[in-house]
Amino acid sequence: MSILVDPSRREFLKSAALTTAGLVIAFHVPAGRRFAQAAEVPATAAPPLPPANAFLRIAPDGTVTVLLAHSEMGQGIWTSLPMLIAEELDADWSKMRVEHAPAAPVYAHTAFGAQLTGGSTTTWSEFDRYRQVGAVARALLVQAAAQRLGVAPSACRTENGAVIAGDRRLGYGELADDAARLPMPATVALKAPGDWKLIGRPTRRLDTPEKIDGRAVFGLDVKLDGLLTAVVARSPVFGGSVKSFDDSAAKAVPGVRKVVQVPSGVAVVADHFWAAQQGREALQIEWEPGAGATLDSAAILAEFRRLAGTAGKLAASAGDAPGVLVKSGQSLTAEFAVPYLAHAPMEPLNCAVRIGPDRCEIWTGTQAQTFEQMTAAAITGLKPEQVQIHTTFLGGGFGRRAVPGSDWVSEAVHVAKAAGAPVKTVWTREDDVRGGYYRPAFLHRVHVALGADGLPAAWDHTMVGQSVMAGSPFEASFAKTGIDPTSVEGVADSPYLKAIANHRVQLHDYRAPIPVLWWRSVGHSHTAFVMESMIDELAQAAGVDPVAYRRRLLAGQPRQLGVLDLAADKAGWGSPLPPGRARGVAVHESFGSHVAQVAEISLEEGRIRVHRVVCAIDCGIAVNPATIEAQMESGIAFGLGAALESAITFKDGRVQQSNFDDYRVLRLPDMPKVEVHIVPSRERPGGVGEPGTPPIAPAVANAVAALTGRRLRELPLRAPA
Amino acid sequence: MRLRVNGEEHEVAAPGDMPLLWVLRDLLGLTGTKYGCGVGQCGACLVHVDGKPRRSCMTSASSVEGKSVTTIEGLAADAGHPVQRAWAELDVVQCGYCQSGQIMSAAALLADKLRPTDADIDATLGRQICRCGTYQRVRAAVHRAAELSQEQKK
Repeated sequence: MSILVDPSRREFLKSAALTTAGLVIAFHVPAGRRFAQAAEVPATAAPPLPPANAFLRIAPDGTVTVLLAHSEMGQGIWTSLPMLIAEELDADWSKMRVEHAPAAPVYAHTAFGAQLTGGSTTTWSEFDRYRQVGAVARALLVQAAAQRLGVAPSACRTENGAVIAGDRRLGYGELADDAARLPMPATVALKAPGDWKLIGRPTRRLDTPEKIDGRAVFGLDVKLDGLLTAVVARSPVFGGSVKSFDDSAAKAVPGVRKVVQVPSGVAVVADHFWAAQQGREALQIEWEPGAGATLDSAAILAEFRRLAGTAGKLAASAGDAPGVLVKSGQSLTAEFAVPYLAHAPMEPLNCAVRIGPDRCEIWTGTQAQTFEQMTAAAITGLKPEQVQIHTTFLGGGFGRRAVPGSDWVSEAVHVAKAAGAPVKTVWTREDDVRGGYYRPAFLHRVHVALGADGLPAAWDHTMVGQSVMAGSPFEASFAKTGIDPTSVEGVADSPYLKAIANHRVQLHDYRAPIPVLWWRSVGHSHTAFVMESMIDELAQAAGVDPVAYRRRLLAGQPRQLGVLDLAADKAGWGSPLPPGRARGVAVHESFGSHVAQVAEISLEEGRIRVHRVVCAIDCGIAVNPATIEAQMESGIAFGLGAALESAITFKDGRVQQSNFDDYRVLRLPDMPKVEVHIVPSRERPGGVGEPGTPPIAPAVANAVAALTGRRLRELPLRAPA
Repeated sequence: MRLRVNGEEHEVAAPGDMPLLWVLRDLLGLTGTKYGCGVGQCGACLVHVDGKPRRSCMTSASSVEGKSVTTIEGLAADAGHPVQRAWAELDVVQCGYCQSGQIMSAAALLADKLRPTDADIDATLGRQICRCGTYQRVRAAVHRAAELSQEQKK
C-alpha cells in the first residue's frame, strides 16, 4: 500500500480541466521573456504548495516512487527530478524509483500550462515544485514520527530515509500511512544551497539497469491482449490524398486482418509488423497529388534568394542600419543557407491505442501528453479525462514527439477506431525520414559595416524560412507581429546586436506545404551558425584574434565572457598545433544557458575531421553535473552530424532521402573527443538538453576557415577542394 | 520452424522469409532487440547467431534454424556481462533505444578480440547508430569492458 494517494484518481483530473483555447493562451511564452520570467520565480517555497501525493508515493518497504510530469527521452530527468525531491526529503537514494505520470492537469508544465517536455525547460520549471514536494513529504513524515514518539517535531531530524529523535529511528516506510492522513502544511522551508547534499553531486542515471538488459519498455515494445499492428500508406507528396485503392492483394497476405482508410492514408492492420508491412507493399493506391507535388529544393532556394532581396517583417531594429551601411567605407555581405532536417530518433514513431465505450487508452512515447489527450478526445467523442495516456520511455525525441497536431497519435486513434480493435501503428524508418515535421530550411543574408575600430557599426540581417508555429494553434500568439519568435531567436535577441547601435533584422515567413517542427535547439540550430560564422569573419576582416574580438563585443555579458574564456583556456587557444590542424570557436546563449566550444579539426581525404571539442557551459545551478556533461556530448554529436552530413531535399514533390544510408547522421568514428567544463554558479538553472547543439557547426566552420582561408556558409559543410 | 533462442527451443509458425527481428519481437515477445532501420544500417537489431554478430532485420528466421540465437535478454544473468558492467559504470545510456544493439556488438567484438584497439571499435561499433551521441562513452566502455573481462578471467 502506498501512502500518498494514487495520482490517477479523479480528484486530480477534475481539478483544472483545460480547454483548448486556454491551453494555447497558457502555453505560449515569448522566447525572449521565458527566462526572465524564470528568474523572477522566488527561490523559496511560497503558497500554494504542490499536492505532494501527485508526485511521490512511499511504500511500506521505504521505496520512494517519483512521478515524472515530464518525459524521459535520454536527457536524464529520470534522475535529476528525483534528485530534487530526494534532496529535500532526505531520502535514501538507493530506494528511489521513478514512473512517468499519467496525463492530468496537476502535471501541467509550470510555465506552459500544458503537460509538455520541450524547450530545455524541465529542470528550471520544476526546480521549485519538485523540491517543494520533497519538503512537504518530509514535513508530514516528521509530524507523523513526532506524534508516534510523543515528542515535538523540532526534536526530530531526518537522514537517509528515516526520522530520528534521540536514539529512536523510524523509516519512512513505517510512517507513510500515518503521514498520508495528515493535512498539508501551510508552508515549508527549503534547504539553503550550502546544505545541499545531492544537488550538484554527479549522480549516475537511475534508468541504466533496465536499459542495458532489454527490459526498458519503449512504445514499440508495448504488449496488450489482442493488440494488432498497423502500417499506414501515406501520400508520397505532402498534401496529397487517396483517390482510390485496391486492397485485394494486401488482404491476401497471411496475417493481414483488415485494411482501413483513415485521414492520413490507408492502414493495413495485421497480426504482426511483418505481415502489415508486406500488406502495405501489396496495396494499389491511386493518389490525388496535393499542394506539395511540385516541391523542388533548388526552386525553394531560388525563391528564398528572391525574397531576401525584398523587405520583410521587422523583427528587431535600432538606429539606422541601412543609412550607415550606405555611407560605410568597409562592409561585408554574406549569405548562409541551411537545409531541412529530419529528427530521425532511433525509435521510429509508434502508438498503441485501445478504445472502449467510456475510455481511450494510449501507449506511446510522447513529449506532449496534453496535445495527445485533447486530440484523442476530439476523435473518439470522449472527454479529455476519459483519455488515459501511458507514457513509455521515448527512444529519442529531439522535438519530433511534441507535435501540436498530434500527427502520429491522431492517426493511431483513427486506425484503432476504424479497425474496431486495439492497434499499434508502427512507422518504418522510411516513413520517418519522408514523413515531414522537419527543421525548416533557412536562408540568411547579412550586411555589416565595419567602423574604424574594426567593430560592427551597422548590422542588417534578413532571414527567410518557414515558421514552425504557423498553421498551429500557437500562431495566434504572434499574430500581432507576424514574427514567430522561434524563427529569429539567436539573431533578434543576440547579445552582439545589443552592442551595435545600428541594427535591423527582417524576416520573411515562407509558406510551403512542408510540415516543419522544432528540432533540437529550434531557431538556434541555424542562427548560431550564422551569427558565430559572421562574427568570426568580421574578426578576420578587422585583423583581430577571434576570441579577443568576441571579448570586445561581449564586454557587458559576463556569463558569455565566462564560458568563452573558460573554453579558450582549457582548449589552449593560441598554443601551437601540429601542421594541418586548426581551431575554431563559437559562443552562444540559448534556453537560459551559455555555451562556448572550441573545435580542433583537420582535413583528411576531402573530409572534415573533428578531433577534439572543448565545451564550457554556464547553466546556472548544476543540478546533476553528470547529466550536463552527457547532454553536452549529446548536443555536440547531434549538431555535428547535421553540420557534416544531413539534409532533406525535394525533387518533383518527393523527399529524396529514405533511410540512414542517404539521410546520414554522425557515427562513432566521427565522434570527437569532447571535454566538458561547467562554470560554478548560483544563478537559477537554465536548460541543458539543447544548448550544446548550436555552437558546434560554427566552431567547426570557423576552424575550417582558420585552416584553409575558405568560409563555409552552407550546411552541411563541404570540405574545400 | 524450430528456433533456439537464449538456450530455449521454440516452435514458431512464421513465413520462411520473415526477418528474425520480427520473429523475436512479435512472435516470441523478446522486445529488447530493436527495430531502427530495417535495412542493416543502424545495428539496433544486432543479435548473436552461434556467437557471431548478426543484424536480425536482414536475417531470415529460416536461415538460423539449427543455430543458436542470443539476444540482449540472454547475454548474461543479472546484466553481469563485462560489457553491461562497463556500460553501467560509465553511465553510457541516454534514451537507451540503440543500446541493446551497441552492447551486443561490443560483446561480439570482445569475444573476438581480447584488447580491441580504437580502430577495431571504429570498424565494428562504427556500424551502429546512436542519435543521442553516446559514442564517446561507448568507446570508453568497450575498453573498460576489456579490462573487466581480463579481471574476471584471473
